[in-house]
Amino acid sequence: MVSKMSSKMAGSNNLINARRTVQQLRVEASIERIKVSKASADLMRYCGEHAKYDSLLMGIPTSENPFKDKKPCTIL
Amino acid sequence: MGEVEKMKKEAEGLKTEIEAARKAVHDTDMAAAAAGLAPAPRVQLKTRRTLKGHLAKIYAMHWCTDNKLMVSASQDGKLIIWDSHSGNKINAIPLKSSWVMTSAYAPSGNLVASGGLDNMCTVYNLKTPVVKIIKELDAHTGYLSCARFLNDADILTASGDTTCALWDIETGKQKTVFLNHIGDCMCLALSTDMNTFVSGACDSLAKLWDIRDGQCKQTFQGHTSDINAISFFPTGNAFITGSDDCTCKMYDIRSDQEVIGYQDAQLNSGVTSLALSMSGRLIFAGYDDFNCNIWDSLKGEKIGVLSGHDNRVSCTGVPSDGMCVCTGSWDSFLKIWN
Repeated sequence: MVSKMSSKMAGSNNLINARRTVQQLRVEASIERIKVSKASADLMRYCGEHAKYDSLLMGIPTSENPFKDKKPCTIL
Repeated sequence: MGEVEKMKKEAEGLKTEIEAARKAVHDTDMAAAAAGLAPAPRVQLKTRRTLKGHLAKIYAMHWCTDNKLMVSASQDGKLIIWDSHSGNKINAIPLKSSWVMTSAYAPSGNLVASGGLDNMCTVYNLKTPVVKIIKELDAHTGYLSCARFLNDADILTASGDTTCALWDIETGKQKTVFLNHIGDCMCLALSTDMNTFVSGACDSLAKLWDIRDGQCKQTFQGHTSDINAISFFPTGNAFITGSDDCTCKMYDIRSDQEVIGYQDAQLNSGVTSLALSMSGRLIFAGYDDFNCNIWDSLKGEKIGVLSGHDNRVSCTGVPSDGMCVCTGSWDSFLKIWN
């Protein structure tokens, strides 16, 4: 009786999991996809437009660098 | 045919359909599209600060939105809040559990969070005279690998129990549980509009989630091992992942696929962490081999390296103004470079 019950439970678990998998795949299959050429062009355009604001790419003049090397002070 | 068999057949059919749809839009890849682009300049950054204070491996760091303060977490059992400009320690917060794996700064600057092998996310108020724990978020059944605040009321967590969760900090309860990964969740990144987030896991998959309805919307394959790091490209239409398979990849959300990989035959160490420069052109990826490699995100070429740590680079972060990059290491130091 117990083994019949547990194999029935396992069976319905398998079915629940299988249904969930199909449900998830249906969601993932249903999206609209754009061409990689368009996606790439958009990424390149963003990088191009924002390059001038990118301090790590362009470099920072010492006078504007909040992390410039601290020089030791001597008090005379 | 039994119902389970029918479902399995439908699942296989859907997987084939998804692969075909991805192939149909794969008219090029990012590297080919960027072939005509001028290469990024050779990037040579200097160490501007070495932050000393932790007594053991550093596992995590996160910048405050003020671009000056940052929080770091170490298995010495402390969170340290640093003023990166002066190099001074503002706060040293003792942790109840020293097995910390993540730390986060709230966008307001009022709160920080930490978590790890205690399976909890602890939220601290920095604005009381003495830093106080305001909540211990306790419901995950596995370690806390990553936490990110949406605001002072809501926080997202990723866990070794294979779930991610959105919590109400005031009540301490999970508002939404994100279920779909079949391996430990190792990292997450929040989109700037806060409607979606992406997660990376030990099942080698990255997933995109809708925060409001709790649904996994897209799954991204390609990695062949644990995904340890994930970060959105500034437009929010793409994200970068770093993995134990020694590669990083860029996935485009609207094309629903990998568009470029960042790998080198000589690199055989896992990627632990990554951060992008402000324009998205540069990727700073921390590796187990003690280095942080700099990649041109569009052309897929390695254009620089940050060498200086004496052990694994475990965490990397670029502040929102893009003025520097911070690396944290198992050597117990944080370095600021620009």
